[in-house]
Amino acid sequence: MDKVQNNKAWFLVLPVLVLVAFSAVIPLMTVVNYAVQDTFGNNVFFWHGLGWFEDVLTDSRVHGALGRQLMFSGIILAIQIPLGIAIALCMPKRGFWASVCLVLMALPLLIPWNVVGTIWQILGRTDIGLLGYVLSGLGIEWNYARNAVHAWVIVVVMDVWHWTSLVALLAYAGLQSIPQAYYQAAKIDQASRWKVFRYIELPKMQGVLLIAVLLRFMDSFMIYTEPFVVTGGGPGSATSFLSIDLVKMALGQFDLGPAAAFSLMYFLVILLVSWVFYTVMTNLDKQEGK
Amino acid sequence: MARITLDNLAHSYLPNPKGEEDFALKQLDHVWNDGEAYALLGASGCGKSTLLNIISGLLVPSRGRVLFGDRDVTRADTVERNIAQVFQFPVVYDTMTVGDNLAFPLRNRGMDAGFVAAQVQKIARMIGMEDVLHRKARGLTADAKQKISLGRGMVREDVNAILFDEPLTVIDPHMKWELRTQLKALHNEFGHTMIYVTHDQTEALTFADKVVVMHDGRVVQLGTPEDLFDTPEHTFVGYFIGSPGMNLLDAEVSGHMAHVAGHAVALGGSYKALTGRVQIGVRPEFVTLAEGDEGLPVTIRRIEDVGRHQILRADFAGTPINAILPEGARVPAGANRLKFQPERINVYADDWRVAPLRSVATPQKEAV
Repeated sequence: MDKVQNNKAWFLVLPVLVLVAFSAVIPLMTVVNYAVQDTFGNNVFFWHGLGWFEDVLTDSRVHGALGRQLMFSGIILAIQIPLGIAIALCMPKRGFWASVCLVLMALPLLIPWNVVGTIWQILGRTDIGLLGYVLSGLGIEWNYARNAVHAWVIVVVMDVWHWTSLVALLAYAGLQSIPQAYYQAAKIDQASRWKVFRYIELPKMQGVLLIAVLLRFMDSFMIYTEPFVVTGGGPGSATSFLSIDLVKMALGQFDLGPAAAFSLMYFLVILLVSWVFYTVMTNLDKQEGK
Repeated sequence: MARITLDNLAHSYLPNPKGEEDFALKQLDHVWNDGEAYALLGASGCGKSTLLNIISGLLVPSRGRVLFGDRDVTRADTVERNIAQVFQFPVVYDTMTVGDNLAFPLRNRGMDAGFVAAQVQKIARMIGMEDVLHRKARGLTADAKQKISLGRGMVREDVNAILFDEPLTVIDPHMKWELRTQLKALHNEFGHTMIYVTHDQTEALTFADKVVVMHDGRVVQLGTPEDLFDTPEHTFVGYFIGSPGMNLLDAEVSGHMAHVAGHAVALGGSYKALTGRVQIGVRPEFVTLAEGDEGLPVTIRRIEDVGRHQILRADFAGTPINAILPEGARVPAGANRLKFQPERINVYADDWRVAPLRSVATPQKEAV
């Protein structure tokens, strides 16, 4: 029987094309469009080439935001990953308390970003917030709205409170999947607790930990709502991370061109980092054969 | 090295076991002689692994004591007992090289580097992995990983015993035979007490000097392969060992004769009056075709040629009977009777073997 050629079948793909076009391609292209044009209002645009990209790349304000962003992501990864693993190791393996722990751990993850921000914004205040009240009661001049270090502390602690659970739950899942025989064999081999962690638990958790690092990196790199609610990016621009700066530029100053160029590069950075992670992860899988 | 004594041992995984059925391991007294190779044979879930883990100290028994020599080690941990154990599924430390894996138990005990290196070389030669010593263990095939596990079990020379928990399950058949031979060689060389858990009778019978058969949390027989074949102490041993297993028929026994569904069968000895469920058991090897009025009337279902012999599958009043016939034996058309060799018939009351009168009486159950 001859194969039937019917190009009308292509029309069946049309809904997907339309959907993707409207949800992703057209908005992205609009941004690209803004990024290469300039306007003085009245919807009149003229060609500006790569000018905005050059401006953004050499803009010390953007450099500062990028630096703060990398520092923030670095700090929270350095805290959340080890802390998450430590919590996972301490959680009971089974029984009633295991379920209680899981529910407790999941709670912060269920709270919306802006609510988390509000909670910590109030908690950190010296007049009505428990944390601020206690700290000033201890004689510390606590003021996260004026002191940049305090602002950083509260933003970092908030993020750790909100997201360490995710790392802990992923690590816990990784730990649960280790067969009992490994621990028994380690006992027979007289391995110390540290060696059990180093040679059994850590290697077995490697996959989930990479996913945890990737998720936490991307999320923290795009963080907006929580610091915006707590510090509004201040004091000064001390906690203005990339997305806060971007929104200021795009909506506060309505600099559409630079903001568009900025967001495209922002997007590319995240894409690049995700690609690096993906490559590392698949390479690790391949190494199994070496 | 030491003799291992299990004294009044019993184990239940439940915190408050009520009856007998709550125990994964029913009450057990047993002595493992120093330097012997034992196979622990039984169906899956009969308590073999439980028993093994109690001996190695991974599990504390609910009742009873474990003695190494004269020392009570019931609550001592694995380290103190100095035992090696190999598990059913390969356990390797992925991020270490093959060599480091083998060296791990020695280094953890603070042995000196020279001794460790020599020992690793020796074991690597034994398991045939000398050329991959510097390779990462990650990504090796399952049977290579299991060989590493076996190697780690054997690398220490001073252990009290080596326990194997179905270690060759994931190994391919040709390698299985080779490794089993290596284990035997190791046993001959060092004389460790070895306990080898398996559900494979061939493995058990070829590996061990003595085979311990477990059934439903209980040791039903300890003996040499010949004992298990000739005089199974329990019907379970009868049908679990042998291929096909022993034929068992409900019977009434009086004196020298058994009556099976109205037909008389001559026995090799004389028996006292028995109560409970009485059965006679005969291995298919000792069942032959009969002519005329001899033997039991059966319906022959089919004959399977399995190479070195043929298996005749027949049916007697609803009970299957198997017979093993020599290779090339012809079964005449219309053959419909089977007879048993009287001296090869065992008598069972409530699943336990009853010794005939006037022979050296081994009272039932004590054979354990």
